[in-house]
Amino acid sequence: MRILVSLICGTLFGAGLYISGMIDPQKVLGFLDIWAIADGGWDPSLAFVMGGGLIVATPIFQFAKKRSDAVCGGGMNLPTNKNITTKLILGGALFGIGWGLVGYCPGPALSALAFGQTDTIIFVVTMLAGMAGARALRLHA
Amino acid sequence: MENFTPVSALLGGGLIGLASGLYLLLNGRIAGISGIVGGLLAPAKGDKTLVERLAFVLGLIIGPLALMTGTSIEAQSVVTSPLPVIIAAGLLVGVGTTIGSGCTSGHGICGLSRFSLRSLVATLSFMIAGFLTVLVTRHLMGGA
Repeated sequence: MRILVSLICGTLFGAGLYISGMIDPQKVLGFLDIWAIADGGWDPSLAFVMGGGLIVATPIFQFAKKRSDAVCGGGMNLPTNKNITTKLILGGALFGIGWGLVGYCPGPALSALAFGQTDTIIFVVTMLAGMAGARALRLHA
Repeated sequence: MENFTPVSALLGGGLIGLASGLYLLLNGRIAGISGIVGGLLAPAKGDKTLVERLAFVLGLIIGPLALMTGTSIEAQSVVTSPLPVIIAAGLLVGVGTTIGSGCTSGHGICGLSRFSLRSLVATLSFMIAGFLTVLVTRHLMGGA
């Protein structure tokens, strides 16, 4: 049951990335280009994706976080770390630079594998290498 | 603002929020993509979540495949960067999300939905870095 839930949630998530246009790095870069606001070249769509996501997710999260167990069994695996650390900010900044260079963050990059493009595959492979390397060096929290 | 697509953005965002909410409510786990994938790369001994993680990632690809083959909804995924930039960006995203414990989904959607200050700080950090990177590549260096 938990595996089926995972598959369905992943599929809904991927469908959301596709419908919202966030699967396209150019759409993401169009949002990150706030410097084009004055010329009318800015695309605020990503803010609406975040907004739509938060409107739906917030009530479910606030309800779920009061529960002690997940509906399909097992506990609620909520993060307990509340520390604002240099690693958190530095890691976010490194991620943001990579995000701004190509326009892919992890979700859309994986979903875009559906298009079968070489550039996307190269990005995903190097991203996985970066994740594995950082974990091997025990850089994760 | 000719590229602005508010309706599909809100609808797609709502689906992403629904997927994240259901994943926590039903499976008790945070739908942070970098975390889900990271756990696949370096599995702990006796980790029973491997198949669940793999199923989620497969779903991420099945969702777009189903929409592009079964509906008339169109989308594209255009990468314009040269190869060395793609490789550098992939590494930065992989290393950065690992050090910073999350990405747009884990910190941005899930973290903000549970009112986590830590995730708000991380989200501001990667958003500001993204804005500044595009300032450099598109405006200061003159190319896209």
